[in-house]
Amino acid sequence: MSTELDPLTGGATVSPAPGAAATVAEQTKADAPPPRPKHRLYRVLFRGPLALRGRGLVIAIPYLWLLLFFLTPFAIVLKISFAEFMVGVPPYTPLVEWVDDTYLKITLAFSGYKYLLEDSMYVNAYLGSLRIAATATVLCLLLGYPMAYGIARSSPSTRNVLLLLVVLPFWTSFLIRVYAWIGILKNNGLLNNALMGLGIINEPIEMLNTEFAIYIGIVYSYLPFMILPLYTTLEKLDGSLLEAAMDLGCRPWKAFLKVTLPLSMPGIVAGCMLVFIPSVGEFVIPDLLGGASTLMIGKVMWNEFFQNRDWPTASAVAIAMLILLVLPIVGFQRYQLVQEEKAREGSK
Amino acid sequence: MSKRSPFLISCMAFGFAFLYVPLLLLMIYSFNDSKLVTVWGGFSTRWYGELFQDDQILGAARTSLVIAAMSATLSTILGTICGLVLARFGRFRGRTLFSGMITAPLVMPEVITGLSILLLFVALEQLIGWPEGRGMTTITIAHVTFTMAYVTIIIQSRLGQMDESIEEAAMDLGARPLKVFFLITLPIIAPALLSGWLLSFTLSLDDLVIASFTAGPSSTTLPMVVFSSVRLGVTPKINALATLLVSAAAFCIVIAAIIMRRAERERERAIAKAMAEQEQM
Repeated sequence: MSTELDPLTGGATVSPAPGAAATVAEQTKADAPPPRPKHRLYRVLFRGPLALRGRGLVIAIPYLWLLLFFLTPFAIVLKISFAEFMVGVPPYTPLVEWVDDTYLKITLAFSGYKYLLEDSMYVNAYLGSLRIAATATVLCLLLGYPMAYGIARSSPSTRNVLLLLVVLPFWTSFLIRVYAWIGILKNNGLLNNALMGLGIINEPIEMLNTEFAIYIGIVYSYLPFMILPLYTTLEKLDGSLLEAAMDLGCRPWKAFLKVTLPLSMPGIVAGCMLVFIPSVGEFVIPDLLGGASTLMIGKVMWNEFFQNRDWPTASAVAIAMLILLVLPIVGFQRYQLVQEEKAREGSK
Repeated sequence: MSKRSPFLISCMAFGFAFLYVPLLLLMIYSFNDSKLVTVWGGFSTRWYGELFQDDQILGAARTSLVIAAMSATLSTILGTICGLVLARFGRFRGRTLFSGMITAPLVMPEVITGLSILLLFVALEQLIGWPEGRGMTTITIAHVTFTMAYVTIIIQSRLGQMDESIEEAAMDLGARPLKVFFLITLPIIAPALLSGWLLSFTLSLDDLVIASFTAGPSSTTLPMVVFSSVRLGVTPKINALATLLVSAAAFCIVIAAIIMRRAERERERAIAKAMAEQEQM
């Protein structure tokens, strides 16, 4: 019995604690006065169809909230994307209206979508966003993977400190972290001053308001999202597999490519999705670091809404962005579900 | 196991430097006397003094804190229910949609979430007259909707690690489901509740995009003020504000981490003690 309990590893890891707690539970079960006949009944009450009323109520509260505040809004965006801009409150034409109280008039305007296809700015912004987000995701992976790997291979106490250090910036203001780079990257900023002081360059390099600045901003802001899922898979990795590969004569690099990398695929996919999807629609980073020349779709939509006050076009841009992202989002969710089920089967 | 090659060590050093040097520079330059943010003009705390006399920033900070506290509380309650439903309720009709609606806000670009929920508020106002205009209520509702997902993930994974047999034992002993939840489950997942609350508080305090869409003329939040002044250029006053925010966050996280580790250790000790007692019998 005592071999099951390992207080040193019990904390953060999942495995040993259930075994230990189960024995405690068994003990209380054994000590308790006649619980046996109740056992079944209570299970039926909690899990069975009889308990469904209370259960249904519990499910209904968050369900309704999400339906109302998360799902319905998309229907409304879709609806307004078919309206036309008009001066007034709200600033769009009604889709459905009564004419002379006798018949219903439904007007669908495709002008918002027509803009999207005709004006090359939108197409360029979409393609640009995808390209920038993909590049930044790869950069994030290249930096995040060795970091996650290094953390997973540290001793447990250092590991916790390092993890805390990874998560900490995530808890500080996103806006401020982006802002910090303005002071570093601008023409008379800290980096240019330092480089000129060292005599490496003679005149400042234009870094702010370039795509390079956007890459830095995205990698910097989303790095924790890449490291954490990678760390979770790498930490679970069975070290003996690597040892076996090496014992059989595999070079370290080859062992990494053939064993570690394939086994950490779930973490790679999750991390890349967590970085790629939100950065496609990123607004703050391209606005503050990218300047006027770089077009990203989140910024285009923001300007459409706040500067042009054109709600229908902004909605059409949003719907198009959603269509673009729906495949990766659904794919990501599927993948998460499969991984969860695998993990559940693995632990049983 | 703890073997790390020089390559790994240098990657980690670079990575952590990349994460922390910008923040450190920001903090150092908040004590810069010069108005030119990138030229060192001697040590001074004058920007902190000016910060605390800026009524616009102080007012916005108050608004943001109230919204963050309200939305964090509500989203912890709703997120805990969601986590419980996903971890304990097994299959039910509409579960796929439910879990989809929970994970989607995690990756949904903020501009889409912001625009869509604003259009909902506008439509609702036309339809039933609520919410009347936009302000703190609408920002809070929007924040609850997107932070709830984070709380759900935290609670769900904590419940997944927790041993169900303790709950089953309590039910076998005659406790009703609701009682089991409040007496057994809730105390065990309390640290997760705390981190869920803190996370949604921070996310709400930090959010610019969704708040900009759902804010009314009278409800300017702190990120909105920071954003509009940052757009005009780097100012030492914002550096001072940033330093305060970053240190407050760092302080809270370190404290929370220590508290949670201690609770975890205590729990382990209790389990070990129970095991030892059982062996003696």
